[in-house]
Amino acid sequence: MSYVKGLRCRECGRLYPKQLQAGCEDCFAPLEIEYDYDSISRVLSREVIMSRERNMWRFRELLPLDGDPYVGRSSGGTPLIRANRLAATLGLHNLYIKNDSVNFPTLSFKDRVTAVAINKAREFGLEAVGCASTGNLANSVAANAAAAGLTAYILIPEDLESSKVIATAIHGARVIAVRGNYDDVNRLCCEIADRYPWGFVNVNLRPFYGEGSKTFGYEIAEQLGWRAPAAVVVPMAGGSLISKTYKGLKELERLGLLEDEVKTRVCGAQAAGCNPIVDAVKRGSTDIRPVKPATIAKSLAIGNPADGYHAAGIIAGSGGWAEDVTDDEIVQGIRLLAETEGIFTETAGGVTVAVTRKLIEQGRIQPDELTVIAITGNGLKTLDAISLPKPSVIEPRLDQFDRAIAGKAASSGA
Amino acid sequence: MSLRVIIPTPLRKAAGDLEAVDVEPGTIREIIDSLDQRYPGFGARLCDDTGGLRRFINIYVNGEDVRFLDNLSTSVTDGAEVSIVPAIAGG
Repeated sequence: MSYVKGLRCRECGRLYPKQLQAGCEDCFAPLEIEYDYDSISRVLSREVIMSRERNMWRFRELLPLDGDPYVGRSSGGTPLIRANRLAATLGLHNLYIKNDSVNFPTLSFKDRVTAVAINKAREFGLEAVGCASTGNLANSVAANAAAAGLTAYILIPEDLESSKVIATAIHGARVIAVRGNYDDVNRLCCEIADRYPWGFVNVNLRPFYGEGSKTFGYEIAEQLGWRAPAAVVVPMAGGSLISKTYKGLKELERLGLLEDEVKTRVCGAQAAGCNPIVDAVKRGSTDIRPVKPATIAKSLAIGNPADGYHAAGIIAGSGGWAEDVTDDEIVQGIRLLAETEGIFTETAGGVTVAVTRKLIEQGRIQPDELTVIAITGNGLKTLDAISLPKPSVIEPRLDQFDRAIAGKAASSGA
Repeated sequence: MSLRVIIPTPLRKAAGDLEAVDVEPGTIREIIDSLDQRYPGFGARLCDDTGGLRRFINIYVNGEDVRFLDNLSTSVTDGAEVSIVPAIAGG
């Protein structure tokens, strides 16, 4: 059962039928899926939602599939963790982590958007899917395409971390590395999507794909007891996750499912080496000036973010802010989260933690307000970014062990 | 002397249903004007009322986004490839 009325252009408002389409034919702006919220409100209640299994399909009426999902049935439903030890270090009292680093099946939030896109590709009768990726999307599309029995064409920048390449190719996908950065790969994918009859999840399936991220916002609200947080900090690559997380909160509000109005201040996080959206927010503008990325946070290395304009508008409109952090600060952020909460996140998560710290120092986040930070991917995906001292090596003797740990950090040289 | 302009699917109807068009070298602005003369209305698809490039259109010269070069004043020489790509994707 689909509640989709059509695809609406965000800029000129033109309405398209539910079909494979990347953007508006008139002004090329992104398309937003439009739902019949009145009908949804008659069938969707907190009780109905809570009676369902704990995964992203809990909110299926708000997702653009016609029928039941074939793949990704266990995606979403990730933990929301009260992070008291991290909070104490940062000077906060009410901090939560939405932890997609353990999302199923490929350990990043991308499994939410891929599940929608690949199920939709099946509904459209497509034989192959593809994507341009900074890494997490590649893993997710390859895995879900395999489970759906679809061929996958994955295009990546040549310098992608080897762990991400292996985790993608293992599923039998056709992986092609492109000499260039993500923006070069993306442009090529647009040209390929124009020519081949495939579903490129972040190109011609993008309006459907993006909707999966709303579930990140829905789950946060439900897990907080049907309320929106006072502040949320979300990392930004293309700008879709932060935009759709906010859309998710607003949809629940519109359907009357929340305790209060949504007054969430949406805050964006990027690396200093690729900060076009942060830069726009700081300039008080929504005009994105493309940059050439240079950061270890490769999953956020999109110099010309397609939803940057939209994200900057949402941040400003919500009274939020955006900050960026250096590569050193990113690694410190990863280590801080791992050491205080036992969660190992990838570089994008390090960006989020480090930016959260900065926003607190700037007084943009208050100590007592309920803050949620988005941890979007697992640390095992970006091991290349971490450099730690090697462990001590000892003979298998008790006296050597005593010496090794006496008065020294366990990881210092022998 | 000529160079090739690649036309994306959403714009082909406005450009005589062609996948690519050969034009004389010049600035991007001059190239758009010359395409508009050949296919009236084509210019308005790419540029807004202020004459600037529409937000959701990217133009590349030999793979480089003109926003990193000289925007519409970017000079394009003989044998170069200009690609018009709607700025849809990313992420």
